[in-house]
Amino acid sequence: MAATPLPLNPPSRRSADLAPEQARAVAAALDAHRDAPGALLPILHAVQDRLGYVPPETLASIADALNLTRAEVYGVVTFYPHFRRTPPGRRVMQLCRAEACQALGARALEAHAKRTLGIDFHQTTADGAITLEPVYCLGNCGCGPSLLVGRDELHARVTPEAFDALVAAARTAL
Amino acid sequence: MSASPRITVYVPRDATALALGADAVAQAIAETAQRRGIEVAVVRNGSRGMFWLEPLVEVATAQGRVAYGPVAAADVAGLFEADFLHGGAHALRLGAVEELPWFRQQQRLCFARAGVIDPLSVEDYLAHGGYRGLRNALAMSGTDVVQAVTDSGLRGRGGAAFPTGIKWKTVLDAPAEVDSPTPDPRSRSSKYIVCNADEGDSGTFSDRMLMEGDPLCLIEGMTIAGVAVGARQGYIYLRSEYPHAHRALEAAIANAYEAGYLGANLLGSGKRFDLEVRLGAGAYICGEETSLLDSLEGKRGQVRFKPPLPAIKGLFGRPTVINNVISFASVPIILDRGAQFYRDYGIGRSRGTLPIQLAGNLKRTGLVEKAFGVTLRELLYDVGGGSYSGRPIRAVQVGGPLGAYLPESQFDTALDYEAFASVGAMLGHGGIVAFDDTVDMLDQARYAMEFCAVESCGKCTPCRIGSTRGVEVIDRIRANVDRAANLALLDDLCQTMRHGSLCALGGLTPDPVVSALKHFSEDFAGR
Repeated sequence: MAATPLPLNPPSRRSADLAPEQARAVAAALDAHRDAPGALLPILHAVQDRLGYVPPETLASIADALNLTRAEVYGVVTFYPHFRRTPPGRRVMQLCRAEACQALGARALEAHAKRTLGIDFHQTTADGAITLEPVYCLGNCGCGPSLLVGRDELHARVTPEAFDALVAAARTAL
Repeated sequence: MSASPRITVYVPRDATALALGADAVAQAIAETAQRRGIEVAVVRNGSRGMFWLEPLVEVATAQGRVAYGPVAAADVAGLFEADFLHGGAHALRLGAVEELPWFRQQQRLCFARAGVIDPLSVEDYLAHGGYRGLRNALAMSGTDVVQAVTDSGLRGRGGAAFPTGIKWKTVLDAPAEVDSPTPDPRSRSSKYIVCNADEGDSGTFSDRMLMEGDPLCLIEGMTIAGVAVGARQGYIYLRSEYPHAHRALEAAIANAYEAGYLGANLLGSGKRFDLEVRLGAGAYICGEETSLLDSLEGKRGQVRFKPPLPAIKGLFGRPTVINNVISFASVPIILDRGAQFYRDYGIGRSRGTLPIQLAGNLKRTGLVEKAFGVTLRELLYDVGGGSYSGRPIRAVQVGGPLGAYLPESQFDTALDYEAFASVGAMLGHGGIVAFDDTVDMLDQARYAMEFCAVESCGKCTPCRIGSTRGVEVIDRIRANVDRAANLALLDDLCQTMRHGSLCALGGLTPDPVVSALKHFSEDFAGR
């Protein structure tokens, strides 16, 4: 991960220190979920859904609201690959690396994707258009190689040519 | 035109069908119908499981449902020209799905409704036999419901194959100490029902298809479990990689509440059951039941020591039934048709049916539900049609990334938990991934170790460190460095992981590695 690690003992930050959009995202997430049992994952999902990532500076407010230490929240955020600690590019492309897709050429597609984008997994292209992430199964194992673009745009039987076309479309989309 | 009745057209909203262009097809059908002044209702069903025919469009005609496939958006104008709305002849016309040989040889119990009904409609679900199981269960004692599940012979379909009824009985018999302090004071229930919908194994997608194609079946199964053991709250722990299943579940749950099939007064019985979906966050290990429970509690998804079993001390420290999607979805028909009906399918100690997923390099991939006992060879060639690439099938991995690789000489193994165990393999969740002869089995062995390193929860050393060392040792074997010594070291490492790991991730990762070495040693011979 290219993310900057948090300092070991960050100064206590309150929601007042957050950027307005971050403060709103945290407040909405806490309003919706803080009273639910085991609320931390739903809260982190809500923040990431709104901001595209979980900014490290939001962890203190979340920890305070749930009566957890910041270390506990940090531990949870860093445990789960889905939660990002840095903003993604405009489009996140999740390329399946698992066996069923390997059987249909996913290894070659992975090499092609990294080469043509000029980045490795967990990185974003210099123009900020595309973030490439590995994913371990999208449940499309009968029609691989599989690629998930954005939240829910699933693609089947992705050839290198099809991948290039999707990248071009993503670059012109915004 | 105004006199013509409304015609129902089915276009799947299954994730694989969507990936193959189903949305564009549905849109083209709706638009063309409107332009032609024809009243068409497009129902977004689940998939019938024949992926090489997706998007598979079905039309409800006076002679029954007629299928066309695979349909591209560009085919739609031609289909209208051919009068497909009345079953007209067309190159893509397949006739009735039930008559297709691939479909006819199945025994669909769990997946009887998937692809047939509107997945979100309680009314449609009821019209196809839905909620008869719950109705029966509400009229029985909890003990009798659990006995029926036990008698059916149902074993956990997630992979471990533990008898479902025994698990339920443990929770039923566990005292519900409502007033005792719990680790989380917000805990609402004295017992819990948890569905493991963290279907992370490559080559498996039956949970996804069931949740997208017949989510009410899962909801009914979990409700029956709640009624049986006395739990009022259920959670479906769904992986975040399944956005389409998430949407289907949320909609189906909302509809079930509205119709009185969830909530405070199930069918007027006075019994309560609430259900909620919780999303995972990309961690494979959360498919392991104790990690899943920790994740549901809002923690890092790390494996717990067992005992205590989740059935005694599970979610928030309470007795918890935790089962796979297909296990729960098999329960409604058991309570509807009786334990004996279900038990009559299958062989040996593997009773009932298994939704088998054909994946990877096969011509006809998809979901086939069959009684236990069919051989791997029949599935690969008769059902799957051989390899997609046209090259010989060289290796098959069954049971996900922790499953052994089987060579051609083992293709006559029957799908049966014990038969697979006897050849050092496992049936797992019923996913079958075929590879052709271009596969490099050293690469596959290395990937197994790499996957374990990526996904290890980090709690135990053999898994956390062993997997990384495993990758290094295999790289040295590939590079011809101290070949004999490193092969011996790999064997030793596999033994340590197998016997010293806390859960199946570290414990079973050696299976694909050792089986690759044993059956495909030529790939490790150096180059």
